[in-house]
Amino acid sequence: MSGSTPTQRQLAWQRRRQSAGRTWADFRRHRSGMFGLGIFVLFCLMALFAPLLADESGLDVTEATGGVLEGPSWDYPLGTDQNGRSVLTVLIWGSRVSLMVGLLATAISMVLGTLVGLASGHYRNFFGSALFRVTEWFLVVPFLPLAIVLASVLGPSLLTISFVIGITSWPGTALLIRAQTMSIEARPYLERARVLGAGDWRQMSRHVLPNVMPMVFANTTLTVVIAILSETTLSFLGLGDPLRESWGAMLDQAFEVGAITTGAWWFFLPPGICVMLIVMSFLLIGQALEEIFNPRLRERS
Amino acid sequence: MTRLLEIEGLEVSYRTVSGEIPAVRGVDLTVDAGETVGLAGESGCGKTSLASTILRLQPANATIRGSVRVGGKDVQTLGWRDLRTLRWGEAAMVFQGALHSLNPVQRVGDQIAEPIVLHDTVPGGDVRARVGELLEQVGLPPERARAYPHQLSGGQRQRVMIAMALACRPQLIVADEPTTALDVMVQAQVLDLLSSLVGELRLGLLMISHDLSVLGTTCSRVAVMYAGRIVEEGPAWAVFQDPRHPYAGALSAAFPRIGDRAARYAPTGLTGDPPDPQLLPSGCTFHPRCPVALDECSVHDPPIRLAARGRPVACVLVGREGDERSAAQRS
Amino acid sequence: MSTETSTLVAEAESGPRPGRAGRRRSSEWRYVGSKLLGSLGALLFVLVFNFFLFRVIPGDPVRTLARNRLVSDKQVAELTQTLGLEQSLPQQFLTYLQNTFTGEFGLSFRYRQPVWDLMLDRLWPTLLLVGTSTILASIIGVYLGMVSAWNRGKPLDHMSTGSSLALYSMPEWWLGLVLMAVFAVGAGPIPNLFPTGGLHSSDVDPASIAGVFDTAWHLTLPVITLTLAYLAEYALVMRSSLLDEMGEDYLTTARAKGLRDVYVRRRHAARNALLPTTTLVVLNLGFVVSGAITIETIYSIPGLGLLTTEALETPDYPVLQGTFLIFSAAVILANLGANLLYSWLDPRVRT
Repeated sequence: MSGSTPTQRQLAWQRRRQSAGRTWADFRRHRSGMFGLGIFVLFCLMALFAPLLADESGLDVTEATGGVLEGPSWDYPLGTDQNGRSVLTVLIWGSRVSLMVGLLATAISMVLGTLVGLASGHYRNFFGSALFRVTEWFLVVPFLPLAIVLASVLGPSLLTISFVIGITSWPGTALLIRAQTMSIEARPYLERARVLGAGDWRQMSRHVLPNVMPMVFANTTLTVVIAILSETTLSFLGLGDPLRESWGAMLDQAFEVGAITTGAWWFFLPPGICVMLIVMSFLLIGQALEEIFNPRLRERS
Repeated sequence: MTRLLEIEGLEVSYRTVSGEIPAVRGVDLTVDAGETVGLAGESGCGKTSLASTILRLQPANATIRGSVRVGGKDVQTLGWRDLRTLRWGEAAMVFQGALHSLNPVQRVGDQIAEPIVLHDTVPGGDVRARVGELLEQVGLPPERARAYPHQLSGGQRQRVMIAMALACRPQLIVADEPTTALDVMVQAQVLDLLSSLVGELRLGLLMISHDLSVLGTTCSRVAVMYAGRIVEEGPAWAVFQDPRHPYAGALSAAFPRIGDRAARYAPTGLTGDPPDPQLLPSGCTFHPRCPVALDECSVHDPPIRLAARGRPVACVLVGREGDERSAAQRS
Repeated sequence: MSTETSTLVAEAESGPRPGRAGRRRSSEWRYVGSKLLGSLGALLFVLVFNFFLFRVIPGDPVRTLARNRLVSDKQVAELTQTLGLEQSLPQQFLTYLQNTFTGEFGLSFRYRQPVWDLMLDRLWPTLLLVGTSTILASIIGVYLGMVSAWNRGKPLDHMSTGSSLALYSMPEWWLGLVLMAVFAVGAGPIPNLFPTGGLHSSDVDPASIAGVFDTAWHLTLPVITLTLAYLAEYALVMRSSLLDEMGEDYLTTARAKGLRDVYVRRRHAARNALLPTTTLVVLNLGFVVSGAITIETIYSIPGLGLLTTEALETPDYPVLQGTFLIFSAAVILANLGANLLYSWLDPRVRT
């Protein structure tokens, strides 16, 4: 090799890039995973390019030009809602809110869950076991009543929903990360690091975290699923921002104005189908990732 | 006279997405009543695949050629009812790794009783008494029947597996790595137990292990397997003390004898790894690792030569400059 | 899901220990005791959380509670007294505990009735709905998962897993809305077979035989919705657990003993696969509660769930706090029960 010898850091990054490349190659072979990824990408594009796909003014209630709850037509491919707006427009713009809240809530949950999981797995003292106890308690409390109570106190807004979902879904991740941390720390090379004088932080960040990351990654998809479903439900119950449309809010309106009883299927079917599709896509991606990271599963197939 | 176990020209290969992988490539083996036969080899040599065919327990993607006869009956072509009667009733297996080979949530006594009830070994009689009897036979107190597998030590679990194997009074026992993962002291106990049971009950025992020293002490005959074929066979002490095939020699030399000062300072081992069944070397599959390989070894399959009566060896060097070769081996 | 299975079961597995009768019994009690303490801790946590919920917001709690609403001075005084805001914080907490254990949850803002009475009134429909659905879903879901695992890769498996996945991906209340639109309102050729909501018809006496049938007719669609929603997860988890179990060595031993394949699969593999299934199902008991809340809401079943969502409008904080406590306590207790059941099923955990 010409040039200077690569540093340890560069070698480590090289290895990580290579293993990421291998993971991607493995993932490409999973038909269901790729299908899920495809759907996810489609929705991302829909959300990103919303202004191009549908005029934002279409969301304005005062400018609505369609009739009330009209069926699909050439002008309105998915019909109109109770305000005369095009359902398709609202659907496209709603994807932004649903995705954004889902991802934000997931981020909060993953960061919190990973930190707590790492800490409670690593510290074997009172602090660690206290964290574990708190995690267990949080896990037992049922999600929806807690979310409802919190949201009612904090007031309806998207930030509230993100926050509420984030702080109620971290325990699952934390427990998983904790178990993984403990099993990694039992490995001899960690013992060696400790003996060589590695401090807590160094141990966790340099040794444990990179090994835990694959599992965190695979678990993230499950968390996103919970986040999106929760956001939809909370919006449906009226706890979201009354001014921002999300798919859940659309369904709430559909229910309120009796779209069910009048058979306005173009109003209540599309948002639900969108939620279902995007959740399914994440589940499929997660399943494929799990099979990749857990070779035992691969042997079975 | 029907032999307890008669394997002729057995070939086992697995159908996978990457093609057909050969695990056993033509093996002949026999076991008679009162005889203990050892099968030695490293992991991956095909010995477990071979063992799985004796009770037709091979996985669904395995292709079998040749014949496996237990008590004269061809196991691979038996009808299901006869097969289930044969299983455990005529031949039983003692599996390796007893923690995973026993049902973790069932009491060991119930697990021992299960085949007894199924095969109606104690018609109208006291199954519990029979279980207690079996446990005593293997040196465990009968109260142990109420324990769960995880409550027993490794050695105790292995004894339970042996007791379970004896439950329906089989004539042939196949023990797959019965002493692996056990402490040396416990190993010795289990081996003693097996030997005494073979003598008492006139069983036939096929013992499979990678540990040639274990086989050397317990078995009357030993066959050494490499890459799906038997490379040497003969009386146990002879194969152990005076191996004729280079691989058998390496296996034997890997276990230093007490008093052998030279062995302590020069641990012998083999370079390389066992061959990948999908990429077997040409000619003699052992030639890449063989310390005394000749040019022709990479071209021709090794012939089976008799080094002595009842001592088939699959090596071209047998019978040829014999002393020179064995001297080279021991250096 | 399988990763979770293996880590959770790994935590439950213990190493080999020579058992003695006395030690065995005491370790069983130790397990039960630790689970009881855990549940008590969780309950306490919920109580503390509930207490502080309305007190950590900056400003006067009464003002917060009365936000966006016109509240008379008399009501403010009432509220201040109930909350005991003149007392010191520790004393408030004691008052709160005292109130909780005597069933004194305050008066509902909306109904002006004691919250406790309201909740008691609405308890029965919820139990009926949730109980029926979970029992049906467990049986069908576990069976479906089992059959899928046995027929892995075949069309039956693909269909079953695919539909479970689809059901799991949709909000259960949306499924309810669709079912309502098709079967209650009638879509295309399908007439309206079921009522769109409520628990009883107005002209039937609920206590009579006809009333029982009437109630069942009203509950049909809600129960179907919830059952479908719950069973998706049970089926997927059971399938996954069973596939894991089918690779285990002790099944080979069982076959070698001469047992029939069917027997080995049912008596050994499936039975053992129920253990991690139970664990994972227990982890999601909260979902059972969420399902109750949303389904009652869309079908207007007068249960605790509907009470909760109705309370959101005002917002009726005493009711919200009360239902939160009840739901949490129920899940914690169910968790405890399931843990004890699991320890009875899996001897590795208690010995």
